[in-house]
Parts: sequence; C-alpha cells; structure tokens
Amino acid sequence: MNSILGLMSPSFFMLIGALLIPFMPKHIRVPFVLMIPVMALVRVWQMPVGEDLISLNIAGFNIRPAFAHAYSHIFGTIFCIASFGGALFGLMQSRRIETSAAFLYGGSALGVTFSGDFISLFIYWELMAIGSTLIIFVSDQKNSMQAGMRYALIHFLGGVILMTGIIGQIMLTGTATLVPFEAHTSLLLPEYGLDLNGIIMWLILIGILINAAAPPMSAWIADSYPKSSPFGAVFLSAFTTKTAVFVLLTLFAGTQLLIYIGLFMVFYGIIYAMLENDMRKILSYSIINQVGFMIIGIGIGTTMALNGTAMHAFAHIVYKALLFMSAGSVLYMTGKSKFTELGGLCRTMKLTMVCGIIGAFSISAFPLTSGFITKSMIVSAVMKEELEMVWYLLMAASAGAFLYVGLKFPWFVFFGKDSGMRPDEPPFNMKLAMILFSLLCIIPGIPGLAEKTIYQMLPVVPDYVVYDKEHVISQLQLLLFAALAFFLMLPMLKRTDTISLDFDWFYRGLGHYVVSALYYIGRFPARIGLIVAKKIMKKWLKLFTKIYSPEGLLARSWSLGATVMWTGTFLGIYLVIYYITPN
Amino acid sequence: MVKRLWILFILALIAALAGDFYMHPHNKFEIANYRFFNAIFGFASCVAIVIVSKVLGVFLKRKENYYKEVREDE
Repeated sequence: MNSILGLMSPSFFMLIGALLIPFMPKHIRVPFVLMIPVMALVRVWQMPVGEDLISLNIAGFNIRPAFAHAYSHIFGTIFCIASFGGALFGLMQSRRIETSAAFLYGGSALGVTFSGDFISLFIYWELMAIGSTLIIFVSDQKNSMQAGMRYALIHFLGGVILMTGIIGQIMLTGTATLVPFEAHTSLLLPEYGLDLNGIIMWLILIGILINAAAPPMSAWIADSYPKSSPFGAVFLSAFTTKTAVFVLLTLFAGTQLLIYIGLFMVFYGIIYAMLENDMRKILSYSIINQVGFMIIGIGIGTTMALNGTAMHAFAHIVYKALLFMSAGSVLYMTGKSKFTELGGLCRTMKLTMVCGIIGAFSISAFPLTSGFITKSMIVSAVMKEELEMVWYLLMAASAGAFLYVGLKFPWFVFFGKDSGMRPDEPPFNMKLAMILFSLLCIIPGIPGLAEKTIYQMLPVVPDYVVYDKEHVISQLQLLLFAALAFFLMLPMLKRTDTISLDFDWFYRGLGHYVVSALYYIGRFPARIGLIVAKKIMKKWLKLFTKIYSPEGLLARSWSLGATVMWTGTFLGIYLVIYYITPN
Repeated sequence: MVKRLWILFILALIAALAGDFYMHPHNKFEIANYRFFNAIFGFASCVAIVIVSKVLGVFLKRKENYYKEVREDE
C-alpha cells in the first residue's frame, strides 16, 4: 500500500476525492473535503524535484505523470491551499456536484503542475476545462448555462490548438518530454515563425495563452466567472489562469513577446474594471490585470523576475480567493451583485467588510500585505533590466489597481450610497474561510516573515529585501495619492447599469448576425433541397419495402423443400471451388 | 464623521509627502528620483486612467440586456 501511495502524484488524492464526494452522506463529506487538500499538500512536499516517481511507456511514449519542476512546489502548495479554502467556504452551502467538480478542477490543476510530459499535461489540461465548465453549469445564477457553453467552447478551442502543437512537437522531436523552449527574444520579428519549429511553438503558446486570458481571448473570464455560484467562483479564480502562468513559466521563460502581452493585459483589466458595474465582474477583470504582471515577469525571464512571478501567483490566489469570498458572502446574503443595487453594507457585515478590505489592500500591494512583497519583486526585476517605459507603465498600473479594485470594490459595496439593506454576516464556515485567508494575506507581509515562508518554496531563495525605507515611502505616496484622485473624482465614477463591449462581441453579436443572415439566405436553396431529398427518400423507401417488408424478398417464409434445395446447391458450389483451387 | 475622516486622510497625505525628505531614492531611472515623484505620478496616472476609461466608455458601454436584445431580433 505504502509503495503505491509513494508513486502517486498529488493530483490523484483530489481526483479520487472528486469521484467519491457525490456518493457521500453529509456527515462524512464535510471532514472528507477538508482532509483531501491537506493530504494532497503533504504529498506535494514529498515530491522530489527533477525526478520521476513513475514513468510509464504507453504506445512508445514516455508518460511521466508525477514529476516536479523547479516551480511545481510553490504552485502545488497554493493550489492545495486554494482547494482547502474553497471547500471550507462552501462546506455547508455548496451543492455536492459542485464540490465534486471543484475537486476535479483543482486536482487536474495540480496534475498540470506535476506533469513531466506533454501528453499527461494535455489530459489534465482538458480535465480542468471539464471541471470548471461543470462548476459554471451547476451554478444557481441566471444564464449560467449559456455562459458555461461559451466558456467550454473557448477552452476546448484552446485545447485543440494546444493539442495540434503538442502532436507537432512529438512528431518533430520524437519525445513527449516537457522541455523548455529556448528563450525567443526574436519572437516579435515577422521572419520568425514561418518554419515548422516556429509554427509548433506558436500553436502551443497560443493554446496556453487562451487559458491565461491573453488578448484577444480575454472576455471569457468576465463573462463566465460572475455566473458561477458564490462558492464556485472561489475555485474558478484560482486555477485556470495560474496553471497557464505555471506552464508559461516552465516552457517560455524569457520570451520577449510576453512582456508586451502582459502590459496589454494589465491595462485591459484596469480599463474594463473601471467601466464595470458588477462587483464580481470587477474581480474577474482584476484577475487579468494581475496575470498581466505575472506574464511580464515571465517575459523578462531573469531569476528574480521568475521568482517574483511565482510568488505573485501565490499571493494573488490567496487575496483573489479572499475577495471572491467577500463578494460571494455579500451575494449569498443579499442576492445582489451590482454596485447600483449595493452600498452601505458596513453597518451589518463588519467582518465581511474587514476581510474584503484586507484583500483589496493586498491586491493593491499596500505595505504589510503579501501583495506588496510579490508585486515589488516583479517591478524591481523590470527596473534591474532597465526597461524604463515598462517600469513607468507598471507603476501607473499599480496606482490604477488600487483605484479600480482596492477602493472601488469596498467603497461601492460597504460604504457609498446606502442601499437600505441590512443583511446578516454569512454562516460560520464562510466567515472562518475568510478569516483564514485574511491571515494568509497579512502574515507574509509582516517584515521578516516572507523570507521564512514564501521565499523558502522557491528553487533559488532570493536575497531580495522588500522593506527598505525608500520603497515603503514611495509605495505609500503612490497609493495614497491614487486614493486622493479616487475621492476627488468620485462624482465622475458614478456607476451605470451597463455592460461593456469586448472581443466576445465577435462571437456573441456579429456571430449571431452572420448565422441569422445565413439562415435567411439559405432558406430558399434549403427548401428546394428538402423537396428533392423527400423525393429521393420516397424512392428508397419503396425499394426497402420491397426487400425487407414481411412480404418482401428477404423476409417471407420459404418452404422446407426450397430451403433444402438451396442448401444443397451452395454446398455443391463450395465443393467444386474446393477442388478447383490449388491447395 | 466624514469631515474627521477627510482630515485624517489629508494628514496621512502630508505624512507621506514629508517622508520624501527622509529618504534617498536610488532608482536607476532619473525621473523616478525627483522629489514627490511617486505622489505626483500616482495622482496623475489615476486621473489619466479615469479619463481614458470615460472616453472608451462612450464607445464600449451598452445596455444591460444588449446581447439578449440581439437574440430577440429573430
């Protein structure tokens, strides 16, 4: 038994859990769903780096489903923590099919993190898409079915592109082993990417970038995540984009193009969040903004940048889950998600407010929070490489991030115009999950503690000092004056009951018009076709009746004599053929 | 209450500005070492972001049930 357990990838615990959860009565399920992520976490830390636990040979390919890369541990750890937090948050309230789907989703995200080859990576990648789509499908929110469909279409499209690339890679190199592509600093130039190698790399890169919500495929996050239940959203916010970050980190570190993609995402997230009215949509846009920071880090590709990216993913998952918990609690208790319908909840939902503010300050990289340490590291890496324009843009984005989510989310939900609602605090387990994740935001932010906690999970422990006087004062100035801008321009930020057009207009709006137009144009030939088809069908039907009907050629009963005669004839023919054929 | 919070906030702003006299920035980029760079930059970039998003909002914002309206056309 021990030896079998010793071969298992951490993801197996979660996947087996996902299979068992639907069949469990509540009193067993409750401790079970809390225990599973803890077991997976223990397993994560037993995984040796750069060593295969199992290596299977299937159809000539070396399948390595239990392999730890340099950054597998930090990503694996945070995936387990996120699964635990999500399970605790929805412990009593979440539907069991939702919890099961969430564990399938989280387990396959862990599987991607510990995949040593392209084939198992791809299998886990698709399982992740299935699990997350299920979470959206079973949601209690309006229109979740259509949103889930759109979500599934995008992710299976990404999956097909990725698979095409992977097949090409395997055909070309003859092995499925996951090896980093060389840093393609020339990826921006048009002459690159025309040979087979380049096309394969582009396909793999695009397949992964779709999951990272890179442009133009960014709209799916804000379209689908807000349609999930308050509990499903906690899981959704954690895995898909961050596994994409992990795979980019492992395969494409130092690809210069990613810096520009990341910059676009950073500002895309800010602008769209500024226009948005739904609190959970704002949080979804801020995922894109934060993943943009990580992708810039990957594009830079130095050890410091990569460390910063991994740490930022870690901190980000915690505070984003916390923000979704806080927003989810508000949604659960009031049934409302729009800023125009919320406001003034600070009177009764004090704990939810405090936790929401901790998350909001952490995402804004306020000193004494985890976000301060991790974001600073990426920004410092940019400065170290002397990318001056990128640095200014990131500083502006940091100030903007405080504006659109750090202030906007708490302000319009808990303060601002009083909606008149006086909801209670959420149930016990939801409060507990929020408190736990608030602590996880604050503890690494305490001076001296990051070095003892998050730093230790990195392959190379950085010697980066966050808390120097200059850095803290500059950051405080930046954020406080961003806040001043917010309060002075508050009248300009009045919420409107609108949605914003995005790239998804091409398949939700234009696509619809094209299909309708084709429908109208196609009606005439379709009608002619139908008439012709009917005539042909009638002819065939007549023929079939002739042969197969009860009185037909093949179905009518024959007399015994005729049967014996035919049998004898066939046996005779057989005998003749037997003699004629030589041997 | 609101007035008191504003006074507190303004005091925090002044404190942050005062901090500038106690530090010696060592950034690689020269502009970033100017006095009050972060305060001015933070304020200005937020104003810019709000204005840009306002302008883009004119083109991008649609009614809440925009996509449903499209569907009801048929």
